[in-house]
Amino acid sequence: MTATTNRPTTTPREDAAAGVVQGTAPTTRPRKPVLAASGGPAKRPSAAAHLSDADVEQLGKELDALRDRIIATRGASDAAYIRRVIRVQRTLEVAGRATLLLSRKKTAFVAGTAMLSVAKILENMEIGHNVLHGQWDWMRDPDIHSTTWEWDFVTPAAAWKHTHNDLHHTWTNVLGKDKDVGYSILRMDEDQPWHPGNLGNPLYNMILAPFFEWGIAIYDLELEAVKDGEKSKEDLRKDLKAMGRKVVRQFTKDYAATPLAAVPFGSGKQALLGTFTANAIRNVWAHSVIFCGHFPDGVDTFTEEEIEGETRGDWYIRQMLGSANISGSKLMHLMTGNLSHQIEHHCFPDLPSNRYHEVAVEMREICQRYGLPYTTGPLPKQVYQAWAKVFRLALPNRPRPLPKTTTRAVNAPVPPRRSALPMVASVG
Amino acid sequence: MTQFRALRRVASILTTPREPEDFLNLVNPLSSARQLRGVVTKVVRETADSTTIHFRPGRGWNPHAAGQWARIGVEIDGVRQWRSYSLSAAVGHDPAITVTAIGYVSTALARDTKVGDILFLDTPQGDFVLPEHPRPLLMLTAGSGLTPVMSMIRTLVPRRPDADVVLVHSARTRDEALFHDELLELADQFPGLTVRHWFTREEGARRLDLSDVTDLETLCPDWRERAAYACGPTDFLDAATELWLHDGDDATHTNLTIERFAPVLLEGSGGEGGLLTFEKSDKEVEAGGDVPLLEAGEDCGVVMPSGCRMGICRSCLVPLVAGRVRDLRTGEVHGDEGELIQTCVNAAAGPVHLDI
Repeated sequence: MTATTNRPTTTPREDAAAGVVQGTAPTTRPRKPVLAASGGPAKRPSAAAHLSDADVEQLGKELDALRDRIIATRGASDAAYIRRVIRVQRTLEVAGRATLLLSRKKTAFVAGTAMLSVAKILENMEIGHNVLHGQWDWMRDPDIHSTTWEWDFVTPAAAWKHTHNDLHHTWTNVLGKDKDVGYSILRMDEDQPWHPGNLGNPLYNMILAPFFEWGIAIYDLELEAVKDGEKSKEDLRKDLKAMGRKVVRQFTKDYAATPLAAVPFGSGKQALLGTFTANAIRNVWAHSVIFCGHFPDGVDTFTEEEIEGETRGDWYIRQMLGSANISGSKLMHLMTGNLSHQIEHHCFPDLPSNRYHEVAVEMREICQRYGLPYTTGPLPKQVYQAWAKVFRLALPNRPRPLPKTTTRAVNAPVPPRRSALPMVASVG
Repeated sequence: MTQFRALRRVASILTTPREPEDFLNLVNPLSSARQLRGVVTKVVRETADSTTIHFRPGRGWNPHAAGQWARIGVEIDGVRQWRSYSLSAAVGHDPAITVTAIGYVSTALARDTKVGDILFLDTPQGDFVLPEHPRPLLMLTAGSGLTPVMSMIRTLVPRRPDADVVLVHSARTRDEALFHDELLELADQFPGLTVRHWFTREEGARRLDLSDVTDLETLCPDWRERAAYACGPTDFLDAATELWLHDGDDATHTNLTIERFAPVLLEGSGGEGGLLTFEKSDKEVEAGGDVPLLEAGEDCGVVMPSGCRMGICRSCLVPLVAGRVRDLRTGEVHGDEGELIQTCVNAAAGPVHLDI
């Protein structure tokens, strides 16, 4: 096996120019890089520059072995775990909606909205995200399977599986490849060129947070790929249709059926407010957790050159350097869908989420032994850093940015590349 | 029924993207929109290593015909495993399977099943069933091959005064013979049933010899006049087929209906690759033992779903119809019928059929 470039063999633009009718032939998507069996990239990321090819190979083997150990011990207790979470989630969902029927009373409004919010968060994160990753496919239960699952989110599961599982998880933090870096609307890395529209960074992000599911839905349409000719207009039409159907169903449930059911109890308006609030709370929470995954200080981004010649070990390293964890209690891990174990999740996206805490113990030890940073922190700190970046990068880079090649203190907390700017930076 | 459907549709407006059954499942474990289920109602130990499991199926089950089988799913160590079992109960009763503890799944079913457990089901299938019109019958069974025939006997004998059934059943010992006492009681009570047990480790200590007609003539002299049903191990059935073909007259050999338990499996050990068949795409290709199924498929023009191409994203899952595959990451050879295979990291291990 050799490393390959990820250029499409035929460029779609040439096809279009040659008069090939769009939609008759499937548009060529860039093929995935095949990981190199040995060697390494021309230049390792600075935080891993001290590792030799042999070190990286050994690291890859250790992590493969760690994965195998978890897989070998998957069993009845893991299956019982996910079923328990699903049972709790569905009970909360039913109870929340039922309580909203009486939401004319303030206590019922608060209780109903709270229960529905928690249900939606669990459904989205610990259940939906992880089921769609195929973390529970090994149970071979068609009721809890990545191929049959649909979630309570406006973007259809199939579209999200493509952009998230396939594109984001393969190209983690590779600028120009991983569109999760800023979701095509935010400037989230110094190496992304600045343009005046970036002044709106904080504003865009503030709007994005409560409507996060819409951001994801639009993002999953891959408008940029359509513009670049990597995705056909026909495919876009199909995706839009699928999204439209999903939106209608989601809206009917939350904004028509639930309030209508509450009308006989004189609680129609309050129930509508309740479901809207629950969606907004889930969106803000998901937005916060996900921004903590790859944007806090200490998380690296990569160039396409840096991943050329990547071996399995290098791929693992990129996942480790490109992700940040959230520290906290068991409840915190549950409510973040164990994305608080982002590093472990990115190295092993299809291991059952309830086992990540176990992986984390070994992962930390491995990072320490190999002198690699392991970025983690409590939620408020990580959220603050992500937002600070949103504000900071609204403005052009300062004249002398810290060069990316600077060697870091091994396994030391990585200092922020720039001190946080005052929060009013974007004004003017 | 129409009312139920209308109600279900209204409920689904509130449960989308889940089905109403997903919520009903909170109170009724048989409720599922995707998977027929049954609850175990009675567990009867038949012999030292075989057990009859009675179950009540949920909505969607079709009543079985005597002699039919069903795919039964059971969760072992968190993983859903499927096997086919003949239904041993009489028609009109809740279904039951009789499982002998041989192999991973049957052993777990026979040893660990408790009343209240949930089984996953597929509807009854098979054409090993009683003839449409009354005829004298000969049942030729060995070991657990008795189970479909037991359903036929239980259905026919007590209800039809004109029944004329001879059962020749071969088992190792009296203790290991399934339904031994029940059969003798039935034979005692109903003149329409004659039971001939053959114990290979007791009288004569030899197997029932079907290589010529001697044993059969002794046990059932008018075997040529009867519609015969045979069920048992492969060699037993092969011998019976041979016997009916050569020693029957022209009319006789069409009289034999057989039921095989062991499917003809395409199997191979890891590493050597094999012939890859893409059933829906109607394509075949010889693939090496180190070539991912995904690449082999793409190379011969099959539209394969694909994603990360490194075994993480599961965009490439394709159901396995038959055969075994080798995980290129671990070298593990695996593959059950219907299992979803990650085609980007699995290669053929012997002949493989994929449902795409």
